Amino acid sequence: MPSVVVLAVVALYPVLAAVWLSLHRFILVFGERRFTGLANYAYLLGDARFGSALGNTVYFTAVAVAVELLLAVPLAVLLNRAFPGRGLLRASVLVPWAIPTVVSARLWAWMFNPDSGLINRLLGGAEINWLGAPGYALHAAILVDVWKTTPFVALLVLAGLQGIPEDLYKAARVDGASPWRQFRSITLPLLKPALLLAVLFRSLDAFRVFDAIYVLTEGGPANTTETLSIYAYKTLMRSGDFGYGSTLAVATFLGVVLLAAVWLKWLGREEARE
Amino acid sequence: MKRPGLGTALAVVAFLTFFLGPFLWQVLTSLWPDGELTRPWPSHLTGANYQSVLFGRPFLWAVLNSLVVATLTTVFCLTVGASAAFALAKLEFRGRGLLLSAALGVSMFPPIATVSPLYLILSAVGLRDSLVGLALPYTTFALPLTLWVLTSFFRQLPDELYRAARVDGCTPVGAFRRVLLPLAAPGLATTAILVFIFAWNEFLYALTFLSTPEKRTVPVAISLFASEYKEPWGEIAAASVVATLPLVVLTVLFQRRIVSGLTAGAVKE
Repeated sequence: MPSVVVLAVVALYPVLAAVWLSLHRFILVFGERRFTGLANYAYLLGDARFGSALGNTVYFTAVAVAVELLLAVPLAVLLNRAFPGRGLLRASVLVPWAIPTVVSARLWAWMFNPDSGLINRLLGGAEINWLGAPGYALHAAILVDVWKTTPFVALLVLAGLQGIPEDLYKAARVDGASPWRQFRSITLPLLKPALLLAVLFRSLDAFRVFDAIYVLTEGGPANTTETLSIYAYKTLMRSGDFGYGSTLAVATFLGVVLLAAVWLKWLGREEARE
Repeated sequence: MKRPGLGTALAVVAFLTFFLGPFLWQVLTSLWPDGELTRPWPSHLTGANYQSVLFGRPFLWAVLNSLVVATLTTVFCLTVGASAAFALAKLEFRGRGLLLSAALGVSMFPPIATVSPLYLILSAVGLRDSLVGLALPYTTFALPLTLWVLTSFFRQLPDELYRAARVDGCTPVGAFRRVLLPLAAPGLATTAILVFIFAWNEFLYALTFLSTPEKRTVPVAISLFASEYKEPWGEIAAASVVATLPLVVLTVLFQRRIVSGLTAGAVKE
């Protein structure tokens, strides 16, 4: 019981402290620290680099989560079916999930290598500089995220699928409904809570993306893959600007809270409707 | 079992290739002789990359550091988490649901939001750049997961067991220790695996709080792997295989547990 309270305090304190720091001009190397109120936030609103980082983060989150859902639903339907080799597929989808993100980023960086990477080889000797070209790099990062987390989404969807009573399908077959019709009228509606939950978890996770992008591109080329976490990290640890860095971190936090609030409200409405 | 149709078979092959292909390519790369990487296919396979990674670089230290941090985190989480989860699952008190939601909320914090204060705190108490100092924030981050998984495991144990133990004269703590804890062993094992994997994989805190190269954990070491002129892809691949093979084996062996733990943590009944 006291441990629960300790947890709440220990976890809440750093966030409050970050908010407090964000109200300061605080450069670590100069030892300079003074209270400046909302000055950092005023600067944030006019900071074009913040705008582009926010845009990149939103784009990354939206596209990655959408693709993951599109892949995870068929995968979950497949895993829910009985066929020889299902155990193998089940075990192997967990492999990307278990690999550290940093390692998977390195692994993909090698496959994206412009000279001898697997992807250009498969494209018949193309010479696309995946991680070095502005339009490509962010999509490459999305692919890495999709590879790693689709299994997790599929597992959530699978848990939802297993909660659907078999009788419904039997009744539908008796009524002569086609498989596609069954999927549209039974599976999808009953799966909605599980899907929303998956969207909730994944989008909160994708919004704070750091590891994969840091290792793949460090935010380059020309900041086209710089997300909020990367910008905040660079400001904190490379520039040693703890005041503005904390402001960026708090902004990331607020983004996550906002996303969570929207999804939870939606999820609550779905549950109330049942 | 029905014979699978062609569509099913194709889908299975496609998914298997997508999920396993990159990893297998990494394994092949790690055995590829250096200097031949631009060729379409290796002329022979070699263990040279492994040799230089394991003995020519301080990579083994990183593995050891990661083992220490991940073990510490797991022990911390289970010690604190087991009793808290027991209280959440079996004892009636106000604000139970609120606490569980709060725990879930905490796990949603972006780690970057807590980096600057944690950096200052750890510096102030002299725990920055230490493995114990790294395990502490890991514990607070992994505790919510621990609580969720363990609480759902404790809930599955029948209430009668706890009441019977109380009637037989056990204190709540005694009943927890002697009766419920042993029965929750599978739940504890599942949690331990999940927390261990989390701590083994964490990158941002490790990158930020550790400054001595000898203290680097595996993800940091792999991210900073560089030689002066070109990326040593073969060695990186070898290091990656060393760092992930234990996890892959662990995952495949405990597949069922991990799946049940992940979904218990995420989907509450």
